[in-house]
Amino acid sequence: MAGSVNDRISPPRWLLAELTYSCPLQCPYCANPIDFARIKSELNTEDWLRVLSEARAMGAVQLGFSGGEPLVRPDLTELVKHARQLGYFSNLITSGYGMTEAKIVELKEAGLDHIQVSIQSPEKTLNDELAGTESYDHKKEVARLVKKNGYPMVLCVVIHRKNIHQMHDILAMASDLGADYLELANTQYYGWAHLNRDQLLPTKEQFVEAESIAQAYKEKVKGKMKIYYVVPDFYEDRPKACMNGWGTTFLTIAPDGTALPCHSARELPGLDCPNVKDMSVHDIWHHSAAFNHFRGFEWMKEPCRSCPEKTKDFGGCHCQAYLLTGDMHNTDPACSLSPDRQRVYDAIFQARHDAESANAKPLIFRNPKNSKALT
Amino acid sequence: MTLDTTKTLNFSPFLRLQWEEAQQKHVILYPEGIVELNVPSTEILKLCDGAHNAEDILVELEEKFKQPGLKNDIYGFLEVAIENGWVS
Ligand code: SF4
Ligand code: SF4
Repeated sequence: MAGSVNDRISPPRWLLAELTYSCPLQCPYCANPIDFARIKSELNTEDWLRVLSEARAMGAVQLGFSGGEPLVRPDLTELVKHARQLGYFSNLITSGYGMTEAKIVELKEAGLDHIQVSIQSPEKTLNDELAGTESYDHKKEVARLVKKNGYPMVLCVVIHRKNIHQMHDILAMASDLGADYLELANTQYYGWAHLNRDQLLPTKEQFVEAESIAQAYKEKVKGKMKIYYVVPDFYEDRPKACMNGWGTTFLTIAPDGTALPCHSARELPGLDCPNVKDMSVHDIWHHSAAFNHFRGFEWMKEPCRSCPEKTKDFGGCHCQAYLLTGDMHNTDPACSLSPDRQRVYDAIFQARHDAESANAKPLIFRNPKNSKALT
Repeated sequence: MTLDTTKTLNFSPFLRLQWEEAQQKHVILYPEGIVELNVPSTEILKLCDGAHNAEDILVELEEKFKQPGLKNDIYGFLEVAIENGWVS
């Protein structure tokens, strides 16, 4: 089939290995699916070793071990060792909960390249409240141990309405911990964050202020600390180029082996994502219906189809289009040209209403009990 | 920024420089990123090994490529590499 989409498929470059949905924390913005507690099966060690090998053979080189909390997996060190032998640059994305110095050393010896520790807030009470578990002091200790043991210190703080006013303190904490990289990730509203959006979405004024503080600081620490600032697209005119284009760069493998073109794709109905237990990673990437679904521009509706910007943003995020409009093929309402743009304004309005209301709704925490109750 | 051409240069211990078969290129890997390199950049970075300074690198590569007048290219690239934290 000369000239078909299949001829132009680029190999995956980033592999996200979600090792488990188990997690001792309960962050209300967690990107895991709402029904995670019903997805019990987990790939065994052999399956993971094979997935790592197959994806590497295709060209994947950046590897993230995440979850849930990846430290829960007893075979983590073995997987890290294998990843290193294959030539991956591997990253452990952890809440720090359950981490010990012995483990940090063991992982380093196994070849782990960096550890990304997430802290919920620079303030103990809020951190522990958001995490649903007392974890603040330990997280800071882990951050220090990561640095002490010769890893680059990558700190991640997810930003939302409960902590956005703490931007100055967040930056001070990062510098205090000697962070080499700081990821300020404005919450993306999928999974649990979508559920809690009214309580989490900042107002525009809050967002603008926080961004200007972060950008000024970025200049100041240039050359010392690298800051990645992930913008919240609700206040932008154009959507993000989701995953750098569907099936072009990113591959996520969920704990049960489901292969996802983006880590939220599990929420998309009818996509029917393949499983690494049934197909090789190569076949999944090249031949599965799910990975081909949004490749190219054929699937697009108007206004994207005839839009000159489609090669830049690929129509935005399909999960967001689905969550806000009910159809994943629609233009992402984060785009001001979307006929459903009003949904974004409604969301902003509702969130502001919640913020100003005397009896604001409580957050729904990400835990197995709530997961089962909701699905 | 002015480059101190007599200072010994080191490739960052936090990063990795490696050959990627799939792309037929050398790349720099760092937390959250990949940078693809061309042949001359790779040669320069490989010499940032704690034993060479910018002047040594210039001499060595002009010799290796049998081409004089590489000074601006090499020093220019090293400035970028230092600014990006690849080399210190
Ligand atoms: S976001 Fe919080 S609850 Fe979700 S996996 Fe990470 S640490 Fe666990
Ligand atoms: S209409 Fe579609 S392609 Fe055009 S800018 Fe908006 S999202 Fe992008």
